[in-house]
Amino acid sequence: MVSLIVPDEHVVAHAAVKNSDNLHVKIEGVSKRYQEHKVDALRNVRLNINRGEIFGIIGRSGAGKSTLIRCLNRLENPTDGRIVIGGIDISTLSTRQLVRWRRSTGMIFQHFNLLSAKTVRENIELPLKVAGVPSVIRAQKVDELLSLVGLEDRQHAWPAQLSGGQKQRVGIARALVHDPELLLCDEATSALDPETTRAILALLKKINQQRHITVVLITHEMDVVHDLCHNVAVIEQGEIIEQGPVWQVYGDPQQETTRKLLNPNHQSVPESVAVCLSANRQHRDDRLLVRLRYTGRGAYPDIGALGVQVPGKITLIYSEIEWVGGRPTGQLLILLDVQHQANTVPTQLVNIADKLEILGYVAGP
Amino acid sequence: MSLALERLWTALLDTLLMVGVASALALMLGLPIAVILVVSGRGDLFPNPGINRILGWVVNLFRSIPFLILMVALIPFTRWIVGTTYGVWAAVVPLTLAATPFFARIAEVSLREVDKGLTEAAQAMGFHRWHIVWHVLLPEARPGIVSGFTITLVTMINASAMAGAIGAGGLGDLAYRYGYQRFDMQVMFIVIVVLVALVTLLQFFGDKLARRLNHR
Repeated sequence: MVSLIVPDEHVVAHAAVKNSDNLHVKIEGVSKRYQEHKVDALRNVRLNINRGEIFGIIGRSGAGKSTLIRCLNRLENPTDGRIVIGGIDISTLSTRQLVRWRRSTGMIFQHFNLLSAKTVRENIELPLKVAGVPSVIRAQKVDELLSLVGLEDRQHAWPAQLSGGQKQRVGIARALVHDPELLLCDEATSALDPETTRAILALLKKINQQRHITVVLITHEMDVVHDLCHNVAVIEQGEIIEQGPVWQVYGDPQQETTRKLLNPNHQSVPESVAVCLSANRQHRDDRLLVRLRYTGRGAYPDIGALGVQVPGKITLIYSEIEWVGGRPTGQLLILLDVQHQANTVPTQLVNIADKLEILGYVAGP
Repeated sequence: MSLALERLWTALLDTLLMVGVASALALMLGLPIAVILVVSGRGDLFPNPGINRILGWVVNLFRSIPFLILMVALIPFTRWIVGTTYGVWAAVVPLTLAATPFFARIAEVSLREVDKGLTEAAQAMGFHRWHIVWHVLLPEARPGIVSGFTITLVTMINASAMAGAIGAGGLGDLAYRYGYQRFDMQVMFIVIVVLVALVTLLQFFGDKLARRLNHR
């Protein structure tokens, strides 16, 4: 799923504003050890999540991401470390306080976890009911949320009669009944097909923007991070191995795991080109193959400038550019004119890409 | 009405009374026991391993004693409760004590089958623990509990036949006295037909209700 949103200056500027310093969730050296297992589920996790942002935690299954998100509303208790949310150290809450506090945090689940014995409407209403909200206000709130998630006409259906996407919409509406400041998404789209996933992600984005709710999501799907998140952390064997703005982690991953999770293709050279690639020039007609890499650090894949500034024939072999947070990430593979050699690559090329790699010579025309 | 039909009618009413009262008591006592068994386990909502173990042990104790023996062993207790050891009400005591643990175990299974994710979601939404029992566990387990109660009713009809031994009357007693002791095959056959019809009807309506409550 490649979403191509052509960026403009405005979008990029907007994304930068989002990173203003307004800390919402602070995870300080959190570790989790299960007694029955020898290895730690989480090891010294440190993360800062800003108010109003969508923060993704990506990792393979078993990496500890599920444990981490469940520590954020104390469905699990860390063995070590502190979690401060909105200025409150949540480990200090008593059982009674915790119940009340959890109402300021919504959570949605991979398998929706709707009550089968209650209708859509009753499912959304129940958290308000147990919190002692009067029925008139409950009805208003449920109506508002039903229209937000677009399920007014299915409100009296049983959850079993809904599609997966509709079930997750109910889950989202239910998570928002107490107007939470923080929404936790536990693999919220992993049980959905790609099209439904897109619709749910769009809904989450809308909620984040309209209601200024901080969203923390865990996923193993790179598209979710790519389409939705502002910042991302990569978790591997209970440790955060990399974190930063999505465009940065996506465009220029530092760790092997990140590379595999986020952009399995960005490293590759197409098979048909790879077979006729050699390190040295074998023949007078061999042409130099270079990779222009875009990591979101400022360079734009400006084909016009390329043609103007680099003399001779230029052939585009392969292009793979994705726009993440309004920034280009990916690669262009181009063949330069025969006049260019590995040791005399035109300096102009350096300004056209974030990184320039010389891959070798390709035989033939 | 002929004498035989009148006897059959009285016997049917006695059976329904015994089974109905005992099962109703079993429902009221067994359901809380089932809930306690489910929520008091280690790592559950109200962890209390002591209560869990003792209650489990008591339930097993009553479940392991054959009904006929339980009935005889309980005679002093029955006399203390209802003042007599003879008749329909005297049979209700051992029937209830047999039905309660039986039903509690069946209801326990249904409650345990409720997806842990639902409990977790409720916790995440700020439910108190008793809210989770009342709004999540019990409604979600309801179809299974209804089916379990139907099984309990049918089993109790079976057991009530033995209660004839302490003069409780009922269909089982009628069939035993006429069919076995007097060798009146006709009465025995009619009683069997009535019992089959009774069980079939109960099962039919029990299943229907369980299906109606099941929205999974």
